[in-house]
Amino acid sequence: MIFEVFRQERKGQPLQHAGTVDAPDERFAEIYAREQYGRRQESVALWLVPREAVSEIGEFPDEFEMKYRRVDGYSIKARLREARERAGTLEAAPGAGAAE
Amino acid sequence: MSKRTDLLLSFADDELFLGWRNSEWTGIAPFLEEDVAFSSIAQNEIGHARALYELAAAELGTTADELAFDRPPDEYRCAPFVQLRRLEWARTIARHWLYETADEIRLAALKASEEPDIAGIAAKMDREEAYHRMHAEMWIDRLLSTGEGRARLDEALDELWPYALGVLDDQLRPELRRRAEERLGRELPDVAPVSRGVHEAELVALWEEMTMVRRSAPAGTQW
Repeated sequence: MIFEVFRQERKGQPLQHAGTVDAPDERFAEIYAREQYGRRQESVALWLVPREAVSEIGEFPDEFEMKYRRVDGYSIKARLREARERAGTLEAAPGAGAAE
Repeated sequence: MSKRTDLLLSFADDELFLGWRNSEWTGIAPFLEEDVAFSSIAQNEIGHARALYELAAAELGTTADELAFDRPPDEYRCAPFVQLRRLEWARTIARHWLYETADEIRLAALKASEEPDIAGIAAKMDREEAYHRMHAEMWIDRLLSTGEGRARLDEALDELWPYALGVLDDQLRPELRRRAEERLGRELPDVAPVSRGVHEAELVALWEEMTMVRRSAPAGTQW
């Protein structure tokens, strides 16, 4: 069985994925994880999760490119430029030459 | 040499030799995770040896390294049990379990010692040994769970039992038998212990290897 191992470095911090252990069952996995991810005092807590227990989601369709929902937002420059062209105020806009 | 120093050296030598023997699995254990775990346990035993040697060294006016590596083979006091070289997994697990069980009994006695430094070091060692015992117990259950495992374990126990008895002093041996028979679900042979003081032929070969690097350099070399 493959177990995904999550490791907490200090109390209060989030547990982060550290790697895996390959073990015949949970009891072996606990011993092995302790040795592999804890023997150097590098962890204050470990979580072991059987890989089968992990639900993975790997597809995120965005057919209509709804960029405004993305965490990095969307660039306003191109739209501003279009709007200024329509309005005929492109040359007057500050920094217009550099906008691309 | 005082009784106390003798006890410290016997215990330290047990831990050093067992640690060394267990480390012989490094790189060739049955699978990778076990390789890492068993190597780590071996390192712990050698760490325990160092702590015990340091106590003895303070009394003898020497150093832990000199005690560990500079004595001739016949001056080591380790039980013959830890000298055996048996690179077969069921035998290794049988020895591991028998040693850890004997060690638990010995440590319990030492934790009750009237000498605070001995009681202290025994308590510290026992906190680490608890994880060695978990590892040994898990493997014993694994071996006991199949006919083949049981047969291999039984064969190893028959061979190793007189040696295991030899780790402990007379008065602690009945407790080892009681725990072993109860846990392993079988009777163990009624035999004379192979006690401390005699050495197995394998000891010298191990000593040669263990001290090789140190002997290759002049005394006082800083590593």
